[in-house]
Amino acid sequence: MITTIADLKRGQRGIIKEISAELIPLKLLEMGCLPGNEVLLVQTAPFRDPLYLNINGSHLAIRKETAMHIEIEILP
Amino acid sequence: MAKQLNVALIGNPNTGKTSVFNQLTGLNQQVGNYPGITVEKKEGLSKLSRNVKAHILDLPGTYSLNASSLDENVVIELLLNKNDKDYPDVAVVVSDVENLKRNLLLFTQIKDLEIPTILVINMADRMKRKGISLDIPLLEKELKTKIVLVSARKRTGIDELKEHIINYRHISTEPCLNASRMDPEYFDRLQSTFPNQSLYKLWLVITQDVNFGNVNRNSAPLREDFVTKDASTLKRMQQKETILRYQFINNVLKKGMTVDVNAAKGLRAQMDRVLTHKVWGYVIFFAILLLIFQAIYDWSSYPMDFIDATFAKLSEVTRTAMPPGPFTDLIAEGIIPGLGGIVIFIPQIAFLFLFISILEESGYMSRVVFLMDRTMRRFGLSGKSVVPLVSGTACAIPAVMASRNIEDWKERLITILVVPFTTCSARLPVYLIIIALVIPDESFMGFNLQGLTLMLLYLLGFGMAIGSAWILHKLLKIKSKSYFVIEMPNYKLPLLKNVGINVVEKTKAFVLGAGKIILAISIILWVLASYGPGDNFSNAREIVETKYSETYLPEEEIDELVASYKLQHSYIGNIGKAIEPAVAPLGYDWKIGIAIVSSFAAREVFVGTLATIYSVGSDEEETIKSRMASETNHILGGPLFTFASGVSLLLFYAFAMQCMSTLAIVKRETNTWKWPVLQLVSMTVIAYVAALLAFQILK
Repeated sequence: MITTIADLKRGQRGIIKEISAELIPLKLLEMGCLPGNEVLLVQTAPFRDPLYLNINGSHLAIRKETAMHIEIEILP
Repeated sequence: MAKQLNVALIGNPNTGKTSVFNQLTGLNQQVGNYPGITVEKKEGLSKLSRNVKAHILDLPGTYSLNASSLDENVVIELLLNKNDKDYPDVAVVVSDVENLKRNLLLFTQIKDLEIPTILVINMADRMKRKGISLDIPLLEKELKTKIVLVSARKRTGIDELKEHIINYRHISTEPCLNASRMDPEYFDRLQSTFPNQSLYKLWLVITQDVNFGNVNRNSAPLREDFVTKDASTLKRMQQKETILRYQFINNVLKKGMTVDVNAAKGLRAQMDRVLTHKVWGYVIFFAILLLIFQAIYDWSSYPMDFIDATFAKLSEVTRTAMPPGPFTDLIAEGIIPGLGGIVIFIPQIAFLFLFISILEESGYMSRVVFLMDRTMRRFGLSGKSVVPLVSGTACAIPAVMASRNIEDWKERLITILVVPFTTCSARLPVYLIIIALVIPDESFMGFNLQGLTLMLLYLLGFGMAIGSAWILHKLLKIKSKSYFVIEMPNYKLPLLKNVGINVVEKTKAFVLGAGKIILAISIILWVLASYGPGDNFSNAREIVETKYSETYLPEEEIDELVASYKLQHSYIGNIGKAIEPAVAPLGYDWKIGIAIVSSFAAREVFVGTLATIYSVGSDEEETIKSRMASETNHILGGPLFTFASGVSLLLFYAFAMQCMSTLAIVKRETNTWKWPVLQLVSMTVIAYVAALLAFQILK
């Protein structure tokens, strides 16, 4: 099982490893969601969806289904 | 002659671009539309120096030149078309100091179009608080541009910006990224096919739906060799482009920007903890909604009463001051009441736009979208549908346009289709007058019954919108790749000037737009009510006098009978009688029938129509309400406005699609007549059935 943004706990950080370009909208990449960048889970809505993230300094919210396609390595 | 420069303001959403625009132009601005589309076009004039003026165009906010919406497309179409009269001599990219990295992505793209570009770093007043320091000379050198630190809030930096605009010729037009680095082989081939063109522009033509100059997207070499490369390869190249741009930006910022994390303080985290909280977040949102509705009904009733009284007075003064005759009648009975029917909206609309613009400016609206997304998705909507649904309580037209930033087509379409169910301000006067007539002004458990009814009607509107969204969600078979990205901007204290300008502009547009229709309709109605065919109309007095010759009646009463007889036999009376069978089962008479038919153009015409019909022939300064209360139902007997017919009317107006402007906007936004026609037919059927059931059960 791969670890994705959807597995982060609130306040936890991770480094983006891999994104499947086909499934991720270009707009998200342009907002800084690129391999090597750091991501922090700021807040979740009820049922952990959508997720409020800080990616590379940009604050944005995405749905869980999208978050599940962004592979990360959780930082200790 | 003073020369005039063309300046385009470009930037990400939430960077305060509009504040910079307002600072540059003051009130010297106008809002229109780009030809053929409903994208808002904001432009204005700025005096740069004693003899240089600039035409400033505030382009729609965009995150990049890879357009994903109509609004964003406008930006790239303009920037690629040198022959456009608005093609900028100089582009000003507005960025937010706290999101500089992301904002610079767009900057590098604009720069690569080889247009002289100035970089504005806005919200500079926040730098210290966020522990940010910038090496401006170094950044200017690395980015090959001029940089201006601006604080629209503190009003600093604008003069410097003006100076740089004047001296735009000294700005380098050298690009930031060599496009061929994305895929050397592909771009070498492209360059040898079009030796004289900029590679980045060609790349945009290939990936975006635009043409430029003599390079046509569908020209043979481009289409066969480059465009038709399969979509996923192109997308991978765009991804590569984005990565390369960020590499460049990271390198520049590593040298030119330092952030002292320890010095950074801000309320953002604390505020988010409360405002996006699983419980408190919702409590606060609903409290804010309540406050908005309170303002619209309660606070605006004072100016509205004043406007109502003023127009009644005006009518009376006109009648006494001008010589009697048809022209005076037209003004006093047709035009003034018609205008009053529009002006009376202003307080409520202004309040609504005030609140919506404060919610958006402050950054709070994004939190609501975040909180509501999951719930809304169950009904086939998106969290972003909240904005259209809330603005729909002001007017469905801006609401339909606000649905534009919903990425998923199915969610967007459903939003557009159900928005007209929300209680827009045009329904309000209808609701208010009918509620005043049929719902007792009494308290129930400490709540005013009339107020409760109004609230119920609002809930009903939302309920219908959500319910029909769910049905559409199940019925519509549209496959679309659903995704959702929303920026969560910083919290900002709304700038008074921005909010003020927004409220004035929106209110003005509404009043002028609706005003024209209402005025035209009230004049037509007045004519139709004041003239009639045949002897019945022209000999009304004789007929009435013969009829009552046996009984002695005072002169005044005769006059009134004549007026009412005339109205019944006027053109409008004949039309009304013809449609009466269709509306009688709903509990209405022909006058209400006329009011409903005339309000198919716009709901707010209802009250104006009744005002016109009832004031024709009435000399006394009676209010419309008391005239309506004394009307009798000539079919069933008893008063016309009873609880049953009142509820029936309220339901009819709650559900019916009576707004041509909304239909026109829906047509433009969906690009087909299919959806507006569906809206018109289904909503009217629902309205008729609901009103019929209500009257038949309650009577």
